Amino acid sequence: MTAADFNTILPEFILATFALGALMFGAYGGKDKTAATLVWATSGLFFALALYIGFGAAGERMAFGGLFTDDPFARFAKVIILVSAACVMLMAQDYMQRRDLLRFEFPILVTLAVIGMMVMVSAGDLMTLYMGLELQSLSLYVVAAMRRDSTKSSEAGLKYFLLGALSSGMFLYGASLAYGYAGTTQFAGILSTLGGDTPVGLTIGLVFMLAALSFKVSAAPFHMWTPDVYEGSPTPITAFFATAPKVAAMALIARLVHDAFGGIPAEWTQVLAALAVVSMFLGAIAAIGQRDIKRLMAYSSIAHMGYALVGLASGTAQGVQAMLIYMAIYVTMNVGTFAFILSMERDGRPITDIQSLNMFSKKEPLKALALLVLMFSLAGVPPMLGFFGKFYVLKAAVDAGMVWLAIAGAVASVIGAFYYLRIVFFIYFGKEGEPADSNMAPVQWVMMIGVAVIMVLGIVNLFGLEPVAALAAEALVR
Amino acid sequence: MDNLLSIITFIPAVAAVIMALFLRGDDVAAQNNAKWLALLATSATFLVSLFILAGFDPGNTSMQFVEEYDWILGLKYKMGVDGISVLFVMLTTFLMPITIASCWTVETRVKEYMIAFLMLETLMLGVFCALDLVLFYLFFEAGLIPMFLIIGIWGGKERIYAAFKFFLYTFLGSVLMLVAMIAMYWDAGTTDIPTLLTHDFASETFSVLGITVVGGLQTMLFLAFFASFAVKMPMWPVHTWLPDAHVQAPTAGSVVLAAILLKMGGYGFLRFSLPMFPVGSDVLAPVVLWMSAIAIVYTSLVALAQQDMKKLIAYSSVAHMGYVTMGIFAANQQGIDGAIFQMISHGFISGALFLCVGVIYDRMHTRDIDAYGGLVNRMPAYAMIFMFFTMANVGLPGTSGFVGEFLVLVGVFQVNTWVAAVATSGVILSAAYALWLYRRVVMGELIKEALKSITDMTRREKAIFAPLVFMTLLLGVYPSLVTDIIGPSVTALVTDYQAAIPVLGDTQLAQQ
Repeated sequence: MTAADFNTILPEFILATFALGALMFGAYGGKDKTAATLVWATSGLFFALALYIGFGAAGERMAFGGLFTDDPFARFAKVIILVSAACVMLMAQDYMQRRDLLRFEFPILVTLAVIGMMVMVSAGDLMTLYMGLELQSLSLYVVAAMRRDSTKSSEAGLKYFLLGALSSGMFLYGASLAYGYAGTTQFAGILSTLGGDTPVGLTIGLVFMLAALSFKVSAAPFHMWTPDVYEGSPTPITAFFATAPKVAAMALIARLVHDAFGGIPAEWTQVLAALAVVSMFLGAIAAIGQRDIKRLMAYSSIAHMGYALVGLASGTAQGVQAMLIYMAIYVTMNVGTFAFILSMERDGRPITDIQSLNMFSKKEPLKALALLVLMFSLAGVPPMLGFFGKFYVLKAAVDAGMVWLAIAGAVASVIGAFYYLRIVFFIYFGKEGEPADSNMAPVQWVMMIGVAVIMVLGIVNLFGLEPVAALAAEALVR
Repeated sequence: MDNLLSIITFIPAVAAVIMALFLRGDDVAAQNNAKWLALLATSATFLVSLFILAGFDPGNTSMQFVEEYDWILGLKYKMGVDGISVLFVMLTTFLMPITIASCWTVETRVKEYMIAFLMLETLMLGVFCALDLVLFYLFFEAGLIPMFLIIGIWGGKERIYAAFKFFLYTFLGSVLMLVAMIAMYWDAGTTDIPTLLTHDFASETFSVLGITVVGGLQTMLFLAFFASFAVKMPMWPVHTWLPDAHVQAPTAGSVVLAAILLKMGGYGFLRFSLPMFPVGSDVLAPVVLWMSAIAIVYTSLVALAQQDMKKLIAYSSVAHMGYVTMGIFAANQQGIDGAIFQMISHGFISGALFLCVGVIYDRMHTRDIDAYGGLVNRMPAYAMIFMFFTMANVGLPGTSGFVGEFLVLVGVFQVNTWVAAVATSGVILSAAYALWLYRRVVMGELIKEALKSITDMTRREKAIFAPLVFMTLLLGVYPSLVTDIIGPSVTALVTDYQAAIPVLGDTQLAQQ
C-alpha cells in the first residue's frame, strides 16, 4: 500500500469518500430535502471525475500488486460510465421530484454502483472483479425496488436480486474452477498458464464466468430478468440500468477474455458468437409484440448487446474497438430515448404505452422529429450514427473471418427495424386521438434534442471517438 | 474546382438545414420563403452541375471528378462519375427545380415538405456519385426516409398503407443487398467501387444442399443485388408497391419517384450487376429478359383497365422500365445505350405526365378518369401539352420516347428474337392505353357540370412544362447528345462483360 497505489485508484477513492460523506449529510442533514442538492453534487462530481480521467494520466498503471489496472481501456469505459450515469441522474431528478420518489439514498446508491462499475472495468484479478461486480449489483437491487409502495417495483427488485444471486453463484463457481486449474486468480497469472494443452477445467470455468456475465449484460439466453425489471422499476432507474451497467459489464467481458484468456481465443469466440446471434434475433423478434415502451427498450437492449458481442466475438483489437464505439453510441442513444420516455405522461401520470404516441407529431413536431431520428438510429438505418455502430461491428466480424456472424447480424437488424418503425408509425401516422403529453424539464429537453443532433452530426467524424477507442482497444489486446 | 460533385450533392442539404434552423412560423410569408429558398437551392445545384457536364470528357471511360477522403471507421468518402452516371446526375439536378416549382400550391407543412425534397435530392445525387460501397448503401437506404415521409404525410387517403408497402418492399430488397455487400467485402477485401469493378468474383459452380449453383458466388451476389434493384426498378412481379405509392403520393412526390428514384434500380444494374457479376448476369439474363417482356405486356394490359389516372401512368412506368431491364441485360451496345436513353427520356416524360395529372387534380381534386371528359374545350393549352407527352409516352418518332425503345428493341433482337417480338407488341399496347386515356379525359363534349368552370393552365404551370417539352423534343431529334456521352463508357462495359463471360458453343451475341 503505497502512495502510488492510492494515486491510481484516486477517482474511486474520491467517489467512495463522497458516498460516505453524502450518506452522513443526508441522514443527519434533512433526509429527502437534501436529495436534489445531492443529485446535482453527485452529477457534478461524476462530470469532474470524467474530465480528470479523460484528460489525466496516460499510459498503463497497476496498483496493489496487479489487482487493479488503470489503462486506456479502463479509462475509456470509465468516462462513458461516469458521463452516462451523470446524465441519467440529471434527467431523473425532475421526474422523481414530481412523483415524490426522490430519496436522498438514490444518488448515494448510484454512486456506489458507479464505484463498483469502475472497479469492474479496472479489475486485474478475479477477486477484484467479483468485488466490483457485487458492489454494483447490490446497489442496483436496492435501486430497482426503490418505489417501496409499488408491488411491481418490489417485484422487479426481488427478481433482479434472485437472478443476480444465481449469476453470482455461477461466477464464483467458474472462478473457483479457474483458480483450481490455473493456481492463481490474477489475470496475468492465468494468461501465463495457458499454452500447450488448455486444462478442460479452465475452459469450463471460463464458460461459467461468461454465462454469469451474460446475465449482467442481459445477453440471451440469460436475459429473462430484463423485460420485467425494466418494466417494473421506476423509469429513471430503467434508464440507468440500460446505460452505465451495460457498459461496465460489456467492458468486463472484454477484459476477462482478453486479459486472462487471451491465449485461447478459439475457446471463447465461439461462445460469444453464439450469445451474440441468439441475442440479436431474440431481441429483434420478441420486441415486435410489445406494447409497453419500457419492455420494448428492454428487448432493444438485448439486441444491442448482441451486436456489441459480435465485436467481441471477433477476438481482435478491431473487434474491441468496434465494441467500444458501439457501446458509446448505444449509451448515447438510450440517454436520448429515455429522456423522452421519462417525459411521457397523461394527466400528470407517467405512461409507457406505445399507442399513446398516436399522432404525437401534430402536437410536438420538434420532439417527434428528434424521436424519429433516435428510432431510426436505434434501428440502424443509415445515415444515423446507429448504422455506423452496427456497420463497424459487422466489419470487424468479416475481417476476423466470421462472415456468417455478420450476415446473421444484418438479417437480425432488418427484423429489428420493424418495431422501431412501428413507433415512428404511431408518431406520424397513427390513429387520430389525444396523444400523450410530453412534459419535459429543460435538462431532459436538452438531452433528447442534443442526442438527436449528435446522431446526425456524429457521422462527420464521430467526434474524434475513433482514435481514442483504437488506443483503448490496443491497450487491451496485445 | 475539384469538389464539384460534393458541392452539388450537399447544396440542397445545406439549404434544408438553413430552412430547418432559421425559418420560423407557418404564415404565408414563411411558406413563400421556404418555397423560394428551395427553388433557389435546387436551381443553384442545377447551374453548378452544368460545370460538371461541361468539364466531362466522354472519351475517358474511367471515373472523373474523383474526390477521395478518409472518413470514419476505415471508410472512405469517395465520389466520382463516369459516362454511365453523369447523365443521371444531370437528370436529377434538372428535374428538381421543376419538381419544387410544381408544388407551389402545397399548403400543409410547407417547410417540412421542402426540407424533405431537398434532403431527397442530396441523397439521390449521392447514390449516383458514390464510389464506395458503404457510401452508396448509405445514400441508397437513407433515401427511403424522406420518401416514406413524403408519401405518409402529404399523400392521399390510403397514404399510410402505401408508405408502409413502399418502405417494407424496398427495405427487404436492400437487406439482401447489404448481405451481398458483406460477402463482396469478404471476397475482395475492399469497398472501393472502381477496384471492385475490376475484381474477379469467384464464379466456380458449386452445390449447396443438393442444388447446383451455376456461376457460383457471382450468381448468389447477383441474385441478392437483383432483389434490391428489381424492387426499386420495379420489375414484374415485385412492382405492386409502385401503383399504390404513386396514387397516394402528392404530385411532386410522384414526379420524383417516377422520374428519378426508379432510375436507381437501373443504375444499380449497370454499376454493380453487369460489370461486377458478369457470369451471374449471363446465367440469369434470359430469365430477366423474359421477365421484362412479361412486364411490358402484362402491365400494359393492366394499365388499360385502370380507372385512376395516376395508377394508369404508374403501370405504364412499369412497362417502360421493362424496356430498360431488357436493354441492360441484352448486354450489347445498342441495348445498354437504349436502356440509359430510355431512363433519361422516361424521366422527362413520366415526370411530365404526372405533372399533367397534377394540373387537373389541383383543380378538381379527383384522379378518376370518368370524372373528366372534353377538357379540350376549356383547356386548349393543357390539351396540347398532354397530347405531346402522351405521344412521347407512346414512343412517337421525333420524341425521346422513340429513340430509347427503338435502340432497346434493336439490341434485344440480336440476343433473343422472341423476347423482342413479344416486347414490340407492348408498343402497340402502350399506344392503346395512352391514347384511350387521352380520349376519355380530353376529347369529346364537355358535358360534366363540374368541369364547366375549369380554367386553363396558369403561366407558372406552362413555365414548368416548357423545359420538359424542350428536352423531350431535343433528345428526340438529336439523340447523340446522350449517346455521345454514354457511348465510350458503355462500350468499355460491354467489352469487359463479353470478355468475362465463359464462351459457350453457341454464343452468337452480336457485337457492336
